[in-house]
Amino acid sequence: MDLLNLTIAQAHDGLKKRTFSSVELTRAYLEQIKKTDKDINAFLSVAEDSAVAGAEFADEKIASGNFSELTGIPCAIKDAILVEGQKCTAASKILENYTAPYDATVIKKLKERGSVILGKTNTDEFTMGASTENSAFDVVKNPHDKTRVAGGSSGGSAAAVVALEACFALGSDTGGSIRLPASFCGVAGLNPTYGSVSRYGLIAHASSLDQIGPMAKNVEDIKIVFKTISGKDQKDATSSGYNFEDSEAGLKGLKIGMPEEYFTEGLDKEVEKIIKNAIKKAEQSGAEIKEISLPNTKYSIACYYIIVPSEASSNLARFDGIKYGLSDQSPKNLLDVYLRSRGQGFGQEPKRRIMVGTHSLSSGYYDAYYKKAQEVRQLIRQDFIKAFEKVDLIFCPVAPFPAFKIGEKVEDPLSMYLVDVYTAGVKLAGLPALSLPAGKTNGLPVGLQIIGNHFEENKILAVAEEMENVL
Amino acid sequence: MISKEQVEHIAKLARLQLTENEIEKMQKDMSAILDYFDLLKKAPKPEVKQKVFFSNGHLRKDEVISSHDITDELIAAAPDKKDDYIKVKAIF
Repeated sequence: MDLLNLTIAQAHDGLKKRTFSSVELTRAYLEQIKKTDKDINAFLSVAEDSAVAGAEFADEKIASGNFSELTGIPCAIKDAILVEGQKCTAASKILENYTAPYDATVIKKLKERGSVILGKTNTDEFTMGASTENSAFDVVKNPHDKTRVAGGSSGGSAAAVVALEACFALGSDTGGSIRLPASFCGVAGLNPTYGSVSRYGLIAHASSLDQIGPMAKNVEDIKIVFKTISGKDQKDATSSGYNFEDSEAGLKGLKIGMPEEYFTEGLDKEVEKIIKNAIKKAEQSGAEIKEISLPNTKYSIACYYIIVPSEASSNLARFDGIKYGLSDQSPKNLLDVYLRSRGQGFGQEPKRRIMVGTHSLSSGYYDAYYKKAQEVRQLIRQDFIKAFEKVDLIFCPVAPFPAFKIGEKVEDPLSMYLVDVYTAGVKLAGLPALSLPAGKTNGLPVGLQIIGNHFEENKILAVAEEMENVL
Repeated sequence: MISKEQVEHIAKLARLQLTENEIEKMQKDMSAILDYFDLLKKAPKPEVKQKVFFSNGHLRKDEVISSHDITDELIAAAPDKKDDYIKVKAIF
């Protein structure tokens, strides 16, 4: 039996019927990681012993009859999310030898349901990037074409799912970091509404945007994981009392918005064709397509790349060589410990963001940069709020192009930032959005982005499941 | 173009040691990025002034909520320590 191709729901069924055990399922994935991951670099660490122990525990739970849909299901976790007792590096030299002292809330929830954690996946350093090339350790290769990037920053999680190295994975999204790799690798990935999933135990990048979300083979699996990890957490003051309820929304009679600013120059013709074809299929299934405008879209990248480095420069101040992480103990005074530890520990992109953020927040520049960006953020949010007065969901591309070549953009930071052109605005507005595989061009997957109003993940997922059947 | 002195000044504020090569590259990269930010000068002012951004403004009382005790693990992670204290270098 081919265990690796099973979805969560199918694997659950097999476990329930005792067709196979969680230990067998887990060993199949561990075997696959050994066989394929040296060419892909999706994993930064694999926790074989604790995974097998977790699977044995899950099998006991299943035997006792007390289990859920995720019991015994093997998953991969982005290496920016803490798993107690395992290394958590954020793909940075500064955390190369850091062991997580506690579980993130999402991990606690997965463990309570008996999920099996296979290991930690590669990411851009501190989740800063759109290609996973900014990892201090390895570049993740796209399993569809190993000369191309997997997208980022959750490139390891996306590649692990498509290379059948995990049944599902967790990623995190600050400006597109779940949706981009999902689109480039051809898996489903959900960026939840800001506040619907606890950020406790997620290494902070930009705290007013960071969200953890699921990446999986299909929409049904995304829903199973999202239902498990979402909800209020007293350890994250920005988490919301949110209970997922299935939506009855469907394509028939649904009002779908097509933002004109997302279909302009810069969008690859083949990608445009695939997205427009998906929208046509939705229309044929009874949806009403409306042209909408998000007039401040042109400011979203500039706005995003002021706010994010500002927050990041503050968040990364905790890496000082004193409390944990890399420390150069050779200097005699405190200041030099700070300077050298940070100078040696951070890679190029975190350094750039610390510099841009420090500059944007510094006296004399604050009004022109940070304050202005906060105002523009409000305009972008208003654009979406107005759009959702007219439509139920927004359909658009995730990225202007399919996976690009490794090395193509990494030397030019601004061109890498522009990859986020269709994903960053959603984050500035705090909205949920899904990347759904919609087709391929020259063998490379292309994702359809489905954006919903705040806390309407249920509507996105119900419609996405229907779209899966018509695409 | 942002000057070498400006880069050095910001790096000092950010407590970040940069090599000569890094300073040169940073000058180039930051200039391109900051120039791109000029786009925002064309953006209109928002109609209403919003002070708090969070989609959920729930606050709780400032009371200690007991958590799992990981003091030992946290201290163990420090590079330099003595007993239950984290050691730092002399300030001057």
